[in-house]
Amino acid sequence: MQHPLTATDERTAEPPAAAAPLLEIDSLHTRFDTADGEVRAVDGVSLTVRAGRTLCVVGESGCGKSIMARSVLQLVEPPGKIVSGSIRWNHGESGPVDTTALEPDGEQIRRIRGNEIGMVFQEPMASLSPMYTIGAQLTEAILLHRDVTPDEARQIGIDLLTQVGIPQPEGRFDAYPFQLSGGMCQRVMIAIALSCDPALLIADEPTTALDVTTQARILDLLKDLQRHNGMAMMFITHDLGVVAEIADDVTVMYLGQAVEHGTVEQIFTTPKHPYTQALLGSLPTLEDTTHRRPLTAIRGMVPHPQNRPTGCPFWTRCDAAIGGVCDVEEPPESPFDNGHRAACHRYSHPDGGGSVPLPAPAVRGHATDRSGRGQAEGAPVLEVRNLTKQYTVSGGMFRRNKGTVHAVSDVSLTIRPGETLGLVGESGCGKTTLGRSIARLVDASSGEVLFRDRDGTQVDLAALRGAALRRYRTRVRVIFQDPFSSLNPRMTVEQIVGEPLRANGMARGSTLTDQVAEMLRKVGIQPEYMSRYPHAFSGGQRQRLNIARALITEPELVIADEPVSALDVSVRAQILNLLSDLQDELGLTYLFISHDLSVVEHVSDRVAVMYMGRIIEEGPADALFGAPQHPYTQALLDAVPIPDPFARPERSSTVPDELPDPMNPPAGCSFHTRCTFADSDHGCSTTLPALTRVDEDHDAACHRSSDLTLQGITRTREIPEAS
Amino acid sequence: MLRYITRRLLILIPTLAAISVVTFIVIQLPPGDYLTTRIAQLSAQGDGSLSAQELERLTQRYGLDQPVYVQYWTWISNILFHGDFGDSFVYGRPVGALLAERLPLTILLSVLTLLFIWAVSFPIGVYSAMRQYSVGDYTFTFFGYLGLAVPNFLIALVLMWVSLQYFGTSVGGLFSPEYRDAPWSMPKFGDLLAHLWIPVVIWGTAGTAANIRVLRANLLDELRKPYVTAARARGMKRGLLTIKYPVRVAMNPFFSTIGWILPGLIAADAITSQVLNLNTTGPLLLDALLAQDMYLAGSVLLISALLVVIGTLISDLALAWLDPRVRLRY
Amino acid sequence: MTNAPNPDAGGALAKPDLGPGPEPTESTGQDRLALASQSQLVWWSFKKHRLALVCGVITIAIYAIAILAPFLAPYPSGHHNNEYTYAPPQSVHLLHEGTFRPHVNGYSFEQDPDTLALTFEVDPEIVIPIGLFVEGPEYEILGFIPWDRHLIGPTDYDAGPMYLLGADANGRDLLSRIMHGTTISMSVGLVGVLLSLFLGVVLGGLSGYLGGKVDTAIQRLIEFIIAIPTIPLWMALFAAVPASWSPVQRYLALTVVISLVGWVGMAREVRGKFFAVRNEEYVSAAIADGASQGRVMFRHMLPSFTSHIIANLSLSIPTIILAETALSFIGLGLQSPTVSWGVLLQEAQNIRAVSTAPWILLPGVAVVITVLAMNFFGDGLRDAADPYKN
Repeated sequence: MQHPLTATDERTAEPPAAAAPLLEIDSLHTRFDTADGEVRAVDGVSLTVRAGRTLCVVGESGCGKSIMARSVLQLVEPPGKIVSGSIRWNHGESGPVDTTALEPDGEQIRRIRGNEIGMVFQEPMASLSPMYTIGAQLTEAILLHRDVTPDEARQIGIDLLTQVGIPQPEGRFDAYPFQLSGGMCQRVMIAIALSCDPALLIADEPTTALDVTTQARILDLLKDLQRHNGMAMMFITHDLGVVAEIADDVTVMYLGQAVEHGTVEQIFTTPKHPYTQALLGSLPTLEDTTHRRPLTAIRGMVPHPQNRPTGCPFWTRCDAAIGGVCDVEEPPESPFDNGHRAACHRYSHPDGGGSVPLPAPAVRGHATDRSGRGQAEGAPVLEVRNLTKQYTVSGGMFRRNKGTVHAVSDVSLTIRPGETLGLVGESGCGKTTLGRSIARLVDASSGEVLFRDRDGTQVDLAALRGAALRRYRTRVRVIFQDPFSSLNPRMTVEQIVGEPLRANGMARGSTLTDQVAEMLRKVGIQPEYMSRYPHAFSGGQRQRLNIARALITEPELVIADEPVSALDVSVRAQILNLLSDLQDELGLTYLFISHDLSVVEHVSDRVAVMYMGRIIEEGPADALFGAPQHPYTQALLDAVPIPDPFARPERSSTVPDELPDPMNPPAGCSFHTRCTFADSDHGCSTTLPALTRVDEDHDAACHRSSDLTLQGITRTREIPEAS
Repeated sequence: MLRYITRRLLILIPTLAAISVVTFIVIQLPPGDYLTTRIAQLSAQGDGSLSAQELERLTQRYGLDQPVYVQYWTWISNILFHGDFGDSFVYGRPVGALLAERLPLTILLSVLTLLFIWAVSFPIGVYSAMRQYSVGDYTFTFFGYLGLAVPNFLIALVLMWVSLQYFGTSVGGLFSPEYRDAPWSMPKFGDLLAHLWIPVVIWGTAGTAANIRVLRANLLDELRKPYVTAARARGMKRGLLTIKYPVRVAMNPFFSTIGWILPGLIAADAITSQVLNLNTTGPLLLDALLAQDMYLAGSVLLISALLVVIGTLISDLALAWLDPRVRLRY
Repeated sequence: MTNAPNPDAGGALAKPDLGPGPEPTESTGQDRLALASQSQLVWWSFKKHRLALVCGVITIAIYAIAILAPFLAPYPSGHHNNEYTYAPPQSVHLLHEGTFRPHVNGYSFEQDPDTLALTFEVDPEIVIPIGLFVEGPEYEILGFIPWDRHLIGPTDYDAGPMYLLGADANGRDLLSRIMHGTTISMSVGLVGVLLSLFLGVVLGGLSGYLGGKVDTAIQRLIEFIIAIPTIPLWMALFAAVPASWSPVQRYLALTVVISLVGWVGMAREVRGKFFAVRNEEYVSAAIADGASQGRVMFRHMLPSFTSHIIANLSLSIPTIILAETALSFIGLGLQSPTVSWGVLLQEAQNIRAVSTAPWILLPGVAVVITVLAMNFFGDGLRDAADPYKN
């Protein structure tokens, strides 16, 4: 390795000013000239990355963080263009250079790209060409900048693959990207980025497309590599948990501007900018398990850069905005202790008062004591018995059956009236198929879905068809994941939301219009917007419409399938609060499906964890999160990034990120291939463990649940009060 | 890969069988059978009638007194096992011999046209995609549309007319009159080349236009893929990168041209061949169809269908060989 | 529609308890967009394609010619005058001896004593007055509206011939013939495409809706038909049409033959669209809403691909027009006395005739203009067909 190790393990002890600035961005403006006008994607960002440190740039989608990162290497594609500002790179062999002044795709910038600054992208699979082996693409990068023979490059490549944790690197060297998992591809991308020992690594949402256990492994890898190589890192993310876990310094971006800079501790303990404060407040966190705290949502959403408000970009959503000031002038940066800076009139303007007032208490209703409602009483609304759904996978020239995938295997669960059952698992675990089988959008292969009718008799929804089934479609409703594709773009809001009533002959004419208007009001959409088409609404608003459509029939059970995973943090909080308010108001029962443990923990009374089509653990939320009984649950909990820089996990166990082939599930416990506790004495690899009672109302399917003591969430932290 | 090829070959058998059945149906379509047509034709020539012996021989040969499925079997087994495609009564010769005479030139023309299309459309397609919305792009795009809109035979007609009008020569045929019956020699070969370019260019226009469009559209898609940015981010030169990554993917449709260019020239552009008075299989098919000489027509149809199938096979194999995503899926 | 409209925050989302905070108002432009239905969005996005718009107008004009041909054309399609074999085009003069008197000049001709061939000269001495809405031979528009006026023609049909685009071997007016040919050529395209559409939608829809074995069977059939070279198959099928059939029968046979082979592309398109739409979440949502199968199909799914089907149709018509032209040109399609562009081009088969009277290639120009216009139009329509793709 060419560069001496400069960073120490004691990262947090070092004050930010001590390390030399490696990359200095000064009032960068990057714009896009489109047919509909100019879009100011990056609008005057200044920030500094210091040698050996990690700067996290955090912000919601559309805030320009990715374009900013690409501007550093002049990678913005037309019609995007850097219009002003400078990007000073202080590492070049020829001394400091301004990369914006270099000829695009000229020799100088190309020497910096990949050689001095490496870059990793969000979609690992798509970032590698499918036409060449990963080895070819890796050695290409090495040969571009290093004076080695192809044979040497191959050896260096294999070493790099080993370094980034790819098993059997010699074999994988000749594999194509599509033969590897997303996590493996990201490791390859990291290997390529590190191939020439860069002084700076720019990582643009490198873990967003990955599952949480894989994300944890990639974050650990990046931390290790950085510690080892002493490089600096600019890490772009929207996830404050990831920021807390990996950052030394943080820049918060909003609408193309940097609104706050500080060390990770400063940002998390004394956030200054109202946006930063609101972002932190809108996070569901994994620790408070007894009280369901409403989230402090940020009103509205990030405006499109074309409709950028004048003055402070945030004032339209800011509760602390000063009329006549914030909407007129752009705020200057105000300095605080140790380089902490924020751009807010509250600190700089004479009328600001020097602090941001606490948000009005009215904003977020009442805290619900969950312990009181944890054990919902009454006969279950829904009982699922031995539900199985298998798909035949066919392919090839003759469309032969290649195999069978058990998307859902022998699942049983009950949902009691008024409770929220959270269903959690990583992508491909079958949670969505399970939800859809219950909603009869998918026909189960076998098993029963027993729904308790109003007269108390149980009806097997899985056995109904035609008109008999349609009757129950108004009683069991679905909130879909994708706010864009789930609303028919060719129908108006009234038609969409009123469709369940119309299709079932429940209302018509003005009654129907009135009902739709009432429902829209309940979900926070102005009824006047009834004649609009979905394209007129943002993601968060569309999700409200989705909810309105689901609830308009006054259902007993609502299956919410990842209802917030497509939304930004601040909007996500709005929707979660809305769902919980409506549950209280209408006495709803939820089956809440999500891959996000902190969201599930926030909303659920009971939680079921799925892995490879089976429920492997089920129990009350606090019990399951506090004392998990299945190693997989522990691994999941362990992997979730906690938005608290003082609770950086030293992960006790990291599971390998390669899932077994769903067409050839492993014998015995399906998790044994990744389980750190699996051993042959207990028959983990031979016998399928049954879901057995381990505690009151708490089941787990693990051979070793009785002799293992697993770690739940033990970390606690005070939420910083906004000051 | 071997499994892929084997399977790909196995699937040929039912396809070919089905094609032969369709061809046979086409042969049977005109009213009356071969014999009645033949007799009608002979009597039209004032040649009286066939001898009873000849009649018997032909009935035997084509199984005309048998049920239709036996006739089919007689026809196909003669082709399969004896290479006997039947007789053409227009030319009064075995179909096989007629085809053998014309196929080599036809295939030569096809291959040249294919090369022409590739050579022209590749650089233009890449240029148009790289310089989207430039003057050059617009110009090529317009000519592309024009190439697709003008029927080939019309281009041929205009070329013939212009050369006749202004140069006083005919550009038709593949040889000048003085070489038509001469033995092969260097000057004759040169004369052939002097004539060849005209059909090649005419046929090439439509194919070139289609190829440019496809290549341009595909390349534009590929250029926006993240792996292009990723490759730029590791310091690759733009030109090299474009050729190595996106062009490589966008080129796939080039191979599928093999699938249609071969058979296309054998039959589809019969009309142009007729206008240009070329000695290829196209006019043979036309004459046969106009005269309802169905064994000849059916044979040309069968062979061109066979060539589609073979062409598709070749292009699929080329694709599989070049694209690991296809190759490794099987 | 490159940018999703993003009417800002406030308005729609502000819940009453959100406390103070100024809210930006939306512009009326966004309101207009918000209330725009699919067809409006398609139209707006189509309008931005200037070329496509112009070509759309041209396409409509060509169809107008097809319908009004007997009125627009100076002569009926069968009108001939053997004295004027290959008479060259005349030009229109507006003034005669200083006064406004639109006219064309007549012909004088010489006969080559050796070859007996006639050579025409436009003779400025002979004045044939012409006018608009002149009374001429009677005809029936659309076959049932009788009339005798012609948009343009000699004021006195006996005074002399008007050959604005020249005459053919039988002294027939090429302009009139091309206009009459428009009716047949354009209708072959339209009828052929509608037949293809019918077959394609039925089979493609079945394939997509029923899936499974039916889908596999129809897919096999499609793959097989694609493996057969199209034009030879057309030619072969059409060669089987008995020579004794009437023009109407031949016309029908031609459209049927063309659509028998042409439905394949349409069926693929419909099936592909069907599968794509079926996987859309909003279809799942409609099922979850308790909508019946028919309602899901016609209320929720069908509107999503009508625009694509229309775009596809307008792109298929030129192909069929080209096919008809080629087949008729070679003598395997329509035949005289039916008049289509392909039939008209038959005369150009003889290259000597072309060099004597190059204007007999003009029907080819009509083909090229039509095909170009419809391709540009169809492409524009296809690009605009999905206004939600961004």
